[in-house]
Amino acid sequence: MTTFDYAPAPESRAVVTLRSSYGLYIDGVFVDPVGGGSFKTTNPATEEVLAEVSEAGSADVDLAVKAARRAYTRTWSKLPGRERGKYLFRIARIIQERSRELAVLETLDNGKPIKESRDVDIPLVAAYFFHYAGWADKLDHAGYGPDPKALGVCAQVIPWNFPLLMLAWKIAPALAAGNTVVLKPAETTPLTALLFAEICQQAELPPGVVNIVTGAGATGQTLVEHPGVDKVAFTGSTEVGKQIARAVAGSHKKVTLELGGKAANIVFDDAPIDQAVEGIIRGVFFNQGHVCCAGTRLLVQESVADEVIRALKRRLKTLRLGDPMDKNTDIGAINSAIQLGRIRAMTDIGDAEGAERWSPKCELPERGFWYPPTIFTGVTQAHRIARDEIFGPVLSVLTFRTPKEALEKANNSPYGLSAGVWTEKGSRILWMAQHLRAGVVWANTFNQFDPASPFGGYKESGYGREGGRPGLEAYLNG
Amino acid sequence: MTSTVIAPELAAAGLGDVTSSAASLRRFLLGLPGVDQVGAEARAADLATRSIKTTAKAYALDLAITMIDLTTLEGMDTTGKVRALCAKGIRPDPTDPTAPPVAAICVYNDLVGVAKEALSGSSVRVAAVATAFPSGRASLAVKLADTAEAVKAGADEIDMVIDRGAFLSGRYLDVFAEITQVRAACGDGTGRAHLKVILETGELQTYDNVRRASWLAMLAGADFIKTSTGKIVPAATPPVTLVMLEAVRDFREATGRQVGVKAAGGIRTAKDAVRNLVMVNEIAGPDWLRPEWFRLGASSLLNDLLMQRTKLATGRYSGPDYFTLD
Repeated sequence: MTTFDYAPAPESRAVVTLRSSYGLYIDGVFVDPVGGGSFKTTNPATEEVLAEVSEAGSADVDLAVKAARRAYTRTWSKLPGRERGKYLFRIARIIQERSRELAVLETLDNGKPIKESRDVDIPLVAAYFFHYAGWADKLDHAGYGPDPKALGVCAQVIPWNFPLLMLAWKIAPALAAGNTVVLKPAETTPLTALLFAEICQQAELPPGVVNIVTGAGATGQTLVEHPGVDKVAFTGSTEVGKQIARAVAGSHKKVTLELGGKAANIVFDDAPIDQAVEGIIRGVFFNQGHVCCAGTRLLVQESVADEVIRALKRRLKTLRLGDPMDKNTDIGAINSAIQLGRIRAMTDIGDAEGAERWSPKCELPERGFWYPPTIFTGVTQAHRIARDEIFGPVLSVLTFRTPKEALEKANNSPYGLSAGVWTEKGSRILWMAQHLRAGVVWANTFNQFDPASPFGGYKESGYGREGGRPGLEAYLNG
Repeated sequence: MTSTVIAPELAAAGLGDVTSSAASLRRFLLGLPGVDQVGAEARAADLATRSIKTTAKAYALDLAITMIDLTTLEGMDTTGKVRALCAKGIRPDPTDPTAPPVAAICVYNDLVGVAKEALSGSSVRVAAVATAFPSGRASLAVKLADTAEAVKAGADEIDMVIDRGAFLSGRYLDVFAEITQVRAACGDGTGRAHLKVILETGELQTYDNVRRASWLAMLAGADFIKTSTGKIVPAATPPVTLVMLEAVRDFREATGRQVGVKAAGGIRTAKDAVRNLVMVNEIAGPDWLRPEWFRLGASSLLNDLLMQRTKLATGRYSGPDYFTLD
């Protein structure tokens, strides 16, 4: 060997025991669906079938909601906060103990690099459970009145991009506040949620407090429309979010929606360029761009645009795309054939609109679903790739001349989930943060998450906040 | 201040007048993009998670050995100690002739002659610390004499320290002038001793300062920029080395001239060394992955590299007594 080529360093999958088929987790046990339907979940990096998963029909959803109601009235709502907290602490500790297993399973089912599931997803999952475990006996002090009450049964529908992390964002605050839940994971990534069900058993969580029903969109629809549900929490596309908002309109159900985004990552001429480039990469290529708050619109000041784009391209050439189980992989697989098709369709539009496409040379594996990291330069506000969410490793580069113009362009979007500001000038950070219409504004960083920090959107990016003290409001009646 | 000839590559890059006055040099250095501390540290931490196994590890361990400036810089150094170190540098593992020699032996300048003699006929070079190392607190005349003496005694490489006091008080042009004069004292033509400029980053404290000092040294004609003397903690922390690797990368992009980096101080384990090589590979690029362009200033590191090397070849660890103490 005459060059420093990193030898394969695959994480072992021996730590995970996959079952050939999985039932629905209802009332503390795994049961077969009433209708007997099932679907397969695959590894998107290899197209290997991982397991057969049950498809919950309306009878199953009904059983799950009833189990949750029973658990709510008989057990969970009667437990003092500190007892609920004990269960949550126990779950958090088991997650830490089984973190390797969870990380490997997440990577197998989702296609994200093991480096990310190991260093980002799973540690955050544990952190969210620890955070909300601490809140369970302090709800009186959360600012929602002297004796805030739980809502009852929560229907929670989560996406495939951060399967277990989104589960944590939903279940941890709901349980801490005293609710019980029926959760539906995405159909392409149900496995870590089912492993979480085993963790609930291991933690001896009372039956029915957490129920997991697997299935596709129809299952989710049945769940959110079920009359026995008091609260709907959804993370996913704006389109489905609107359907849910329509479905629950006029009912007693409380709703929080965390939807799409088209975040601006704004680089001023006095930015720390090397770190800004890292932030751009982290903003849009983290998790293959399957991130609702991804910084997919790079707004760079014209005076440094060439320098930033040159540095960005140089950096992109060092990204390692390939086997998600390899510890040195930076970019993993696209989660599904359907999503890959959407990314291709959107980038084709970018080509047709005359934007200039660039990707580093990289060989895509033959099997599985892959898309190279891509940047489009010469993009304007009028391009669809600057307006529509692509949900893939695709960056649109736009330029601006003044802070005011940067702000106008950043806000000129139907979305408003997140934004990034890169400048060494503190006063400009504060001014931008004050005027950006985005739920999260990152200054000289991007895609940082913390359980104490609320997360949520403006405009078509949804409503309600998850995380921290504000995240409790979604699960309490003050 | 003495007038210096502006290097043609700097003139061609439009940097010819940067060092023409204290004001313009100050403007230039303060105009370099800032370094965000959190971001730089996060990047270094991220690169530290690279998993280097099997063939890549074997390659990295051997490469690291060839990049070592095996160092002894103690008041108690003797000719006997230096000779022993030289023998070790030429043949690090007496039981395994495939273990490559190190890059250089680094000593104080009064021991250069001893090292030179002990290393004659080998590929190992002699590096001498000069300019009132490690504090640099002496007059320019003393520093130049110190350098000239080391060169005269046969040093192939001079490791000088910058005047941190001048740098921290903003007298950048004084620092610049001193480096150019030390460089002149290194001789000229093909026999010129290579100049490594020690920034002593542990005293510069901020990454912004590390970047500015790196550019200052490169503008003044440094062949290498070096993190630390090894006498101050912290020394070659990963983010410091990262910022310096970015600087040499950017400098070559701007001027076409390649400058080396030496990480010295605090690199004790094979794992530390491999992490440094990963940074070199991914920040500066593979062009720097040669002893001509990257060095590790160390003493105890060599034995750990040898131990890991043996482990990789035989599948088991030998005790420390199977590696020579120097």
